[in-house]
Amino acid sequence: MSIHSETTLTRRKFLEAVGATGAVCVAAGLIGMPTLTEAADAPAATNIDELIAKELGAGPVALEKVKIDTPPKAENGALVRMPVSVDHPMEADNYIATLAIFVDDNPKPLVGKFDFTPAAGKVEVELRIKMAKASQIRAIAKTNKGKLYGAVMKLEVAEGGCAG
Amino acid sequence: MADIGEPKVRGPEKPLKKGEVALIKTLIKHPMESGLRKNAENGETIPAHYIETLTAEYGGAKVVQATWSGAVSKNPFFSFYVKADKTGPLTVTWKDNKGQEWTEKTEIKVE
Repeated sequence: MSIHSETTLTRRKFLEAVGATGAVCVAAGLIGMPTLTEAADAPAATNIDELIAKELGAGPVALEKVKIDTPPKAENGALVRMPVSVDHPMEADNYIATLAIFVDDNPKPLVGKFDFTPAAGKVEVELRIKMAKASQIRAIAKTNKGKLYGAVMKLEVAEGGCAG
Repeated sequence: MADIGEPKVRGPEKPLKKGEVALIKTLIKHPMESGLRKNAENGETIPAHYIETLTAEYGGAKVVQATWSGAVSKNPFFSFYVKADKTGPLTVTWKDNKGQEWTEKTEIKVE
């Protein structure tokens, strides 16, 4: 259940996961360097559903209670506003224990994971994230009992944000 | 390293009623380098350098722990809520992948 396991994502996995556009993004700073040659020895692309199951546990995700409150088009991919809220009690025996945000087409789809206690009072967070290109975004919340709720949206990006 | 650190935590200035929820805003200067970018001049990978965790504690208990990847934007802003219980500090700690750590707090006042 640790984000650190994500760092084992190999270069080829990453290239497969991001596809051509993502590779261009990484290659933008390369100036003629060979890019794909070291990509020969890794397993298959990351499957987002498997990643969600790994991070939050397997099970059906009910598409309710979670809200991603950002405009459908981000002007700057380096600074995409990401406010996410979960309409759920935060009581001692019934609360949102974890919220995770995934950007499907980012090289590492798991952008952030947030573990809460009932002391938070409510789950409403905001952060800013980087997006290389348009992508589907998923915010998935898990209750202390393991039930999953989520929201999915497609976000356009006017200018990709690999830099910064 | 001028462009790193300077953690800020801002909470409500006026006293809260017990049980009221309050917005907490945090900000820190950090490159949030993902480790996926290349240097344009020599083609070398720019080493990963990003904040991995942000932890907020209040009244001796954890409120939220954020675990981030390098896809969180440079100079990361993060806001969340806390439920007022009793007067005391809310402490936020940031740790990056190179082991550097910063702590800042704000006083939560409860009537």
